Amino acid sequence: MSVIVRDDGFHAEDWAGAVVELAPDTDAGELAVLTAGAELVRVAFPAFSDGRGFTLGRRLRALGFTGRLRAAGHVIADQYAMARRSGFDEVEISDELAARQPEAQWKARADWQAHEYRARLRG
Amino acid sequence: MYNYSDFDEAFVRTRAAQFRAQVERRLDGSLTEDEFRPLRLMNGVYLQLHAYMLRVAIPYGTLRADQMRQLAHIAETYDKGYGHFTTRQNIQFNWPKLTDIPDIIDALADVQMHAIQTSGNTIRNVTTDAFAGAAADEVADPRPVAELIRQWSTDHAEFQFLPRKFKIAITGSAEDRAVIRAHDVGLELVKRGDEIGFKVLVGGGLGRTPMLAPVIREFLPKADLLPYLEAIVSTYNLMGRRDNKYKARIKITVFENGLDTFRAAVEEEFARIRPAFSGVDQDVLAGIEAQFAPPAFKNTPVEFYEKSLEVDPLFKTWAKQNLAAHKVENHAIVTVSIKEHGATPGDASADQMRLLADLADRYGYGELRISHEQNVVLPHVAKADLPAIHAELLRAGLATANVGLISDIIACPGMDYCALATARAIPVAQEIATHFKALGLEEEIGGIKIKISGCINACGHHHVGHIGILGLDRAGVENYQITLGGDAGPLAAIGERAGPGFAYDEVVPAIERILRAYLAIRADREETFIETFRRLGPAPFKEALYSEARDAA
Repeated sequence: MSVIVRDDGFHAEDWAGAVVELAPDTDAGELAVLTAGAELVRVAFPAFSDGRGFTLGRRLRALGFTGRLRAAGHVIADQYAMARRSGFDEVEISDELAARQPEAQWKARADWQAHEYRARLRG
Repeated sequence: MYNYSDFDEAFVRTRAAQFRAQVERRLDGSLTEDEFRPLRLMNGVYLQLHAYMLRVAIPYGTLRADQMRQLAHIAETYDKGYGHFTTRQNIQFNWPKLTDIPDIIDALADVQMHAIQTSGNTIRNVTTDAFAGAAADEVADPRPVAELIRQWSTDHAEFQFLPRKFKIAITGSAEDRAVIRAHDVGLELVKRGDEIGFKVLVGGGLGRTPMLAPVIREFLPKADLLPYLEAIVSTYNLMGRRDNKYKARIKITVFENGLDTFRAAVEEEFARIRPAFSGVDQDVLAGIEAQFAPPAFKNTPVEFYEKSLEVDPLFKTWAKQNLAAHKVENHAIVTVSIKEHGATPGDASADQMRLLADLADRYGYGELRISHEQNVVLPHVAKADLPAIHAELLRAGLATANVGLISDIIACPGMDYCALATARAIPVAQEIATHFKALGLEEEIGGIKIKISGCINACGHHHVGHIGILGLDRAGVENYQITLGGDAGPLAAIGERAGPGFAYDEVVPAIERILRAYLAIRADREETFIETFRRLGPAPFKEALYSEARDAA
């Protein structure tokens, strides 16, 4: 089982529709084709130290993707703000991780829009 | 000099609180050691050979007097009374306790400093010319752009977990005192007509696979910088190798894919994201530039300085070696050598830091710089004040007149501190410095750059030393390879290996053979070692290094 994390805390899985899965080594040139018409795109984070998913998320948004975007796998609470700033709506984590890093540790980063240099410089 | 905005202030305070919580969460088990590691690294905390090490950022090497005093305070309160200035213009404290580090971070925030992104697989502290804003030969002061890059890269959501570390250097002068060709991205401020922009280099680096960065863009308009950097780092984040740590730097990405392929991917991404930057970054930059306006330079006459040169030979020697041309005629740039013969390159005591802070306040408009050569620079000093400064430095043992000479060595911490090192580096530097001084040959040999690394990761930049020394481990015994002909400046070159390595106690005699050969074959006293090498190639030096052994065999 897994837990879905959003700004307001932990949720159970509430998506029953089709899912487009993206691996971290997805060819950036294929992003538009792979996600055309998708409602939920799930980007895999096999290890928290692998930051490719952040770039994939940001590029999907730059390409105009407006559906639901989920970072799934080994994302730690300290990376929640990074995922949100990169265009993800939510993070999907394992029950084990949710137990080790409880809801409060994630909600502590719900203020991800605060203190962001890049947003300030991009305008 | 840059002063924190309310935004900067709130940012570092929040970040300090986050790190304090991360240390607590590590201790209560919320974070595994694996998960904590990159979090402590992106806050500058390493686990070294004997203890934790904290690397504090000195953004683009620029420091105010009050900040230098705070570093002295930290050295005394939390460390053994000294700090170590690094080749990336930062300072390292080698003995802090992990549980003290949140307090140190708070003490840094009190003087608008931090340790963010001085480590980890992210964009590191931007480095630049220690003479920036003062040098007579620069197109423009690179520090405002360096500060803009600092802000953009700090906590950049997309780039905290890159394949590997990422280092950017910028120079405002074609003389390149920032070694931009050996960085992941190198920027040179250039003029096209009246327009200022950047020459952009990508994919340089030293380490076990040394490469000089090729040019990816001859001219990038100033306003395009952040989206262009973002396109480069984003392309690298996806394209860089993650299967092998030693092939993960961008130099390998560029080399394996080819510059043209890499450039095409960057330009495509750049074209896509450029419109998303509204131009507000240029307003921020203009605000930063205003803060870097030069101080109101004193109008004091230079006669006393010139008279002192005539009558005081000690002062004259120091002035010849340690001063550089300032853009204002009656001022000079002072490099204070903290490499007295036999001292540890880069180490400075709390007392020395305080004295330098006081000198900066009294004579240097409150400004200090840390050079990548691990010395301290007072960038603006009126020539009339130089004799007084020299006298005070003499009393403090800081008047060593060796800048650019054989004892002005870059050396990594080596096996005395570093967990990665395979050989000692500091004692080799100390012995070279004292040996040639004792022989009385230092001045005769003149300008030369010797750089020493204690392992293949090349933190001592040995590849770009005129003479490079690399300490390795051969079946439990230290063995030192010598490279010749490297250079870090505009004529950047990777030194070539001279031949078989030398045992620890054979290194200094080997260096002496090279330099005695140089003295015998140089065209005249004006021809420096590297110039002689460029004219004649390595053959005469290899002959000097190895013929003796051959004769004996």
